Amino acid sequence: MPVFSYLATPKRGAKTTLCVDLAALPYCEVIPADNQDLVVLITDTPDETKEKELQKRLKSVQSLQSLSLTFGYDDHEQPGR
Amino acid sequence: MTTTNNQGDNEVTMKLNRRRFIRHAATSSAIATAGALFPGISFGSWPQLANNSGLVSWQKAPCRFCGTGCGVLIGVSDGRAVAVKGDPNCSVNKGLCCMKGYHSVQALYGKDRLTTAQVRKNGTLVEVPIQEALDLIADKLKTTRELHGKDSVAIYGSGQWTIPDGYVASKLFKGCLGTNNVEANARLCMASAVTGFMTSFGLDEPMGCYEDMDHANIFVTWGNNMAEMHPVLFSRMLANRKRRTNVRIIDFATRSTRTSQAADKSILFKPQTDLAVANAICYEIINRDWVNWDFVNQHVSFHRGKTDIGYGTEDHFAFKDQAEAISFEEYSRFLEDYTPEKVEKISGVAAKDIKYLAALYGDPALKVTSFWCMGMNQHTRGTWINNLVYNIHLLTGKISTPGNSPFSLTGQPSACGTVREVGTLTHKLPHGVVMNQHHREMAAGIWDVPLSNIDPKPSYHTVEMFRALDRGDIKFIWIQVTNPMVTMPNLRRYRDGGLKGDRFVVVSDVYPTPTTDIADVILPAAMWVEQEGMFGNSERRTQHFAQIVDPPGEAMSDTWQIIEVARRLGFEQQFPWSKEDYIEKIWEEYRRFHAGPKHEMAPYSVLRERSGVQWPYVNGRETRWRFNPKYDPACSNGKDFDFYGKKDNRAWIWARPYEPAAESPDNTYNFWLNTGRVIEHWHTGSMTRRIPVLHNAVPAAYVELHPEDAAELGVVNGEMVKIISRRGEVTMPAQIQGRGVPVRGMVFVPFFDESYLINELTLDAFCPISKQPDYKKCAVRLEKA
Ligand code: SF4
Repeated sequence: MPVFSYLATPKRGAKTTLCVDLAALPYCEVIPADNQDLVVLITDTPDETKEKELQKRLKSVQSLQSLSLTFGYDDHEQPGR
Repeated sequence: MTTTNNQGDNEVTMKLNRRRFIRHAATSSAIATAGALFPGISFGSWPQLANNSGLVSWQKAPCRFCGTGCGVLIGVSDGRAVAVKGDPNCSVNKGLCCMKGYHSVQALYGKDRLTTAQVRKNGTLVEVPIQEALDLIADKLKTTRELHGKDSVAIYGSGQWTIPDGYVASKLFKGCLGTNNVEANARLCMASAVTGFMTSFGLDEPMGCYEDMDHANIFVTWGNNMAEMHPVLFSRMLANRKRRTNVRIIDFATRSTRTSQAADKSILFKPQTDLAVANAICYEIINRDWVNWDFVNQHVSFHRGKTDIGYGTEDHFAFKDQAEAISFEEYSRFLEDYTPEKVEKISGVAAKDIKYLAALYGDPALKVTSFWCMGMNQHTRGTWINNLVYNIHLLTGKISTPGNSPFSLTGQPSACGTVREVGTLTHKLPHGVVMNQHHREMAAGIWDVPLSNIDPKPSYHTVEMFRALDRGDIKFIWIQVTNPMVTMPNLRRYRDGGLKGDRFVVVSDVYPTPTTDIADVILPAAMWVEQEGMFGNSERRTQHFAQIVDPPGEAMSDTWQIIEVARRLGFEQQFPWSKEDYIEKIWEEYRRFHAGPKHEMAPYSVLRERSGVQWPYVNGRETRWRFNPKYDPACSNGKDFDFYGKKDNRAWIWARPYEPAAESPDNTYNFWLNTGRVIEHWHTGSMTRRIPVLHNAVPAAYVELHPEDAAELGVVNGEMVKIISRRGEVTMPAQIQGRGVPVRGMVFVPFFDESYLINELTLDAFCPISKQPDYKKCAVRLEKA
């Protein structure tokens, strides 16, 4: 059950499109900044396979300039004993 | 059925709550980062936040993941720590953090966090109320002492203990229980630095500060991979090189690392031969007449000690050095064995490179800062190599002025604050040593215990403490904030010792570890900002942090655990404080030990306000450079320097020879084994491996090989290699041309991964003066697995 958060930077002038594009993807929540060209993206996928699929789709979002990871969590990847 | 359904419902609810929390933390973290990057940024559509620009509150703390002591601001939302940013008001890091710092709060919330006490009953650990566990600990301590004597009980702590943790441990064990069986894991990382300072200057801890980096022209990193171990300081060094035209970095090491890659010059030497190279640099400085005679004549005296001093691999090993004054001429004659040409043969370092280093140190126009950490300290001649680097700075007078600094860095956040300053080592007291009558009197007075309680004889240093546990001389040990069942060298002996039938092992920790595996009692501990406390970093900076979030379940600060046990043993008078203000009261009591211009500590009210305060703190002023009257209020001799730590008011240059390592490669065990860390993980990984981003970055340990050795062995990246020493073996994946590349004939293994206990292979040889083990050198052979 991976949860990640990112700062997503839109291509020039494409912030609204980026919000629409990202919100259309499954397992994604989008929080746009009011006063900057920046979008917070939260992804919450049920398993590793879905996470990989989502990663692939994120890479093909045209309005996206860059994504930078700010938080990552995956229950299954924690080596708790 | 109903019960089962309820349990199921509860589990689902808990999972949902946890999921919601994680999403909330993820969002808060992103918004906090955005806030740090774009001040004033607003996210109107996320109503959960009390204000739009980030989080409910930010509070200061020092980072707990290395000895640099970066100031961080911790963002708290709904009682949870959700984000971290660098504290721009902290002069250490000026707003910067490394990856461990940025992700540090996630270490608080791993899924297997210890939240209840556990007691071993019929071989199985069962959960009990913490008060019951504390009763049992007090009872065991009492009966063990009655049956086996005062020195049958011990406490083993940490450079990650807060200052109050270490203080109450010392007060209880040394002051009340009358045993000097108090040690801390900083013995394994800093002891040689301490004995280096004490033998060269008579006082512990660096004379300089991080500001040296803004003045130095030359940085020499002595066996110190700062790019990974002190990344924020390394960035500051790189920033200086970029900003100023005349800055160079020289990496002097036994293995190529990220530090070597970023350096202007990388010089590799054969393990242990740094001793010979340091002497050769001094030879060259004298031979070329680069000695700063004004400085040497006024401020330096020359000495030699014993030689052929052994390695401590046998139980009850004892050694006492003896200083003998010598003349400059005698010192100079001693160095004749260390001409650059002779040393080239021993060390593998080209004579021209030795001369190059000597020329940098010897050029009066260049300011030179030397940095070191584990490479020089985890060394069977650790005290000597510390002395020898000081020799270079003393011959050239490059010391105690901005940019001229021999700088011993610490690994742990409070190795200095808690272990060195509080004195949580067998021979130490908060002020001075147990052997000194005046120091014992001071301690007895402040602690309100009879003078006779404090034993004038040190007992066991760390390796010997675990040997005593194995032998049965120690029957009870309480381990706090450290994981010796991963970190002790020659590990198997000490784990078997701890498991012996009549040993009683108490472990206070935040996650299950191989050390909690051998425990009879586990106490859940509050971690970092779940309690109030102080750390002391590498540059004499004391850093206070408030309790910012609540500890989970019944977890309790290590300080309070000790207080609870002390009171059960009848020491209410010595431990009278209330939960509301015990940290303040402990600090103000402890501070009395350091009164005076040489070590005055800031009052509690000042520490609370600032992102760290450097001692000596006198008349409201911090001291950046010691022994220099322009900065240091303790100087009183009217000269331009005052090395007041030694009775002769001089710094001591030592004639210390090159002697080989305790175990070197031979025909059977033909490789050196070197161990250490990686940037992503803190020590044994018990916390950082529970931070997904860090864990994913380096999920498992590996063995670094030189590409030609790998080819000869027939292994490629990722293939399994069996590493065998005289003490044990481990099989792990190979890493070739990774972030670090050892020289031919050496392998390197990071120790953060408990699945590969590399310390089952290492040797428990130590520096006879500091008693610090050497984790960098033993002999192994390799097989393709
Ligand atoms: S350099 Fe050390 S103190 Fe600074 S953020 Fe990184 S781990 Fe923390």
